[in-house]
Amino acid sequence: MSPQQIAIALWTLLVKEIKRFTRIWPQTLLPPSITMTMYFIIFGSLIGSRIGEMDGFSYMDFIVPGLIMMSVITNSYSNVASSFFSNKFQRSIEEMMVSPMPNWVILSGFVLGGMARGLGVGVIVTIVSLFFTRLSVAHPLLTVGVVVLTAALFSLGGFINALLADKFDDISIVPTFVLTPLTYLGGVFYSISLLPSFWQGVSLLNPILYMVNVFRYGFLGVSDIPVGWALAAILCFILVLFAIALWMLERGKGIRS
Amino acid sequence: MAEPALSIPALSIRGLTKVYANGFQALKGIDLEVAEGDFFALLGPNGAGKSTTLGVVSSLVQKSDGKVEIFGTDIDRDFARAKYHLGVVPQEFNFNQFEKVIDIVLAQAGYYGMPRREALPRAEELLRDLGLWDKRNGSARMLSGGMKRRLMIARALMHRPRLLILDEPTAGVDIELRRSMWDYMRRINREEGTTIILTTHYLEEAESLCRHVAIINHGEIIRNTGVRELLAELDTETFLLDLARPLGEAPVVEGFEVSLSEPAQLTVAVHRGQRLNDVFAALNDRGIEVVSMRNRANRLEEMFVSMVEQGNAATAKAEGQA
Repeated sequence: MSPQQIAIALWTLLVKEIKRFTRIWPQTLLPPSITMTMYFIIFGSLIGSRIGEMDGFSYMDFIVPGLIMMSVITNSYSNVASSFFSNKFQRSIEEMMVSPMPNWVILSGFVLGGMARGLGVGVIVTIVSLFFTRLSVAHPLLTVGVVVLTAALFSLGGFINALLADKFDDISIVPTFVLTPLTYLGGVFYSISLLPSFWQGVSLLNPILYMVNVFRYGFLGVSDIPVGWALAAILCFILVLFAIALWMLERGKGIRS
Repeated sequence: MAEPALSIPALSIRGLTKVYANGFQALKGIDLEVAEGDFFALLGPNGAGKSTTLGVVSSLVQKSDGKVEIFGTDIDRDFARAKYHLGVVPQEFNFNQFEKVIDIVLAQAGYYGMPRREALPRAEELLRDLGLWDKRNGSARMLSGGMKRRLMIARALMHRPRLLILDEPTAGVDIELRRSMWDYMRRINREEGTTIILTTHYLEEAESLCRHVAIINHGEIIRNTGVRELLAELDTETFLLDLARPLGEAPVVEGFEVSLSEPAQLTVAVHRGQRLNDVFAALNDRGIEVVSMRNRANRLEEMFVSMVEQGNAATAKAEGQA
């Protein structure tokens, strides 16, 4: 395909994905807005006012970046996992497979779709947070950069999950038993400096901790971990997952007999 | 004098083999060639290897061995280029049922890199031709079974493929709609020169539409010839004669196999070289009045059943000797 044809194919996939999650907005865009509003009310306003400061900031200010990042992670992942698996289940993936689109375009189209939903929900949650606090952004470029990279990373994760899944249950296992615990233990609600040294060490094995902290650094200018290392780690994870997902697609894993 | 250019076949398959992960050998080194502009039927009983063959051609099934070329392009060397020539209408509905009809066909054009300014008029042309234009803004799940099949044909034709593969396109479609789909397929074959490969269980469909036919059984091509040539080999044709009055037993007509299928219906087997007129004369002599007559079954169907039965018997014998 020529570069122009590839651009058209990629745009087609992206628009199709955006249409999909906006068509079912009560399932995709509304729930995270309501859930995060509850977090802001209960943890930020009601309990947060009794907790006091965290790393020198009000508890509400401290948790806002983490909650935005949590929404981006969950929605990027689940968008690609459910969309690609639905395409597999309904066999509409065959539309793409019989076309001359290269596999990397198919992969990128789904990943961009996941990023679009993750970032869209991130914007909605940010707007909701403005009803509870006045956000200030210390490092705007870094903030945007890290949230975009995180959305890409978890979209890739969702893609691999969907490729390996044989039934709908298989795409809910990872979000429920892996992503949610890692996100809750990834410093969204607390600074790891509050933990005993052993658990601080254990926390450093959690990749989500790095994303949440860099994102928080972008907003507040404080982080538990070195920002440069965290960005390098996210980029490495993206490259590795992209290579794995593409290799699986080339092999026809889960989609070709 | 310059030699005429050799025409490149629309599809060329050499030694195609497919062994599934469970060890089942679906294709045993088949060879097949379909000329450009042909209307070709691939026939065979369920599980014979038809869909596997077409699956390999359309990239949905990975071959174990062999060579496949689409308009001269080897799929192992440049599958993307080969795919531009190919349109596929699968057996099962394989579109997102929740999407709008127009979005489904436009997305397909996009996957082939077709700009929207070209895709929109093409979508209108196809949806109008196939009677789906009024449904374009409705969800695909609201379409009837026949409309869904037509939607898959429209989708497959969006990028103007030179080779169209139709895997049982009229399965579950009512007679009227089937006829209109036949007319449409004939039209694109004749007017646009689209090569069509068809699998079907309705052998009447193959007899009516196709010029060439290959019969596949147990992963092997057991016959590959012209439909006319195949029918010319037919030794026996069976006719059903509806009688004015019921009979107690079948009349004896010398040289013909005549039986009573119903009290007022005779079954007559007419071998090649025999004259149906002799049957009518014999019945007339006995005062038996015939009010109507028809073929018992589709002619190709009789030949197909006989070939597949012979093939199955040969396979059973070979397995017994092994």
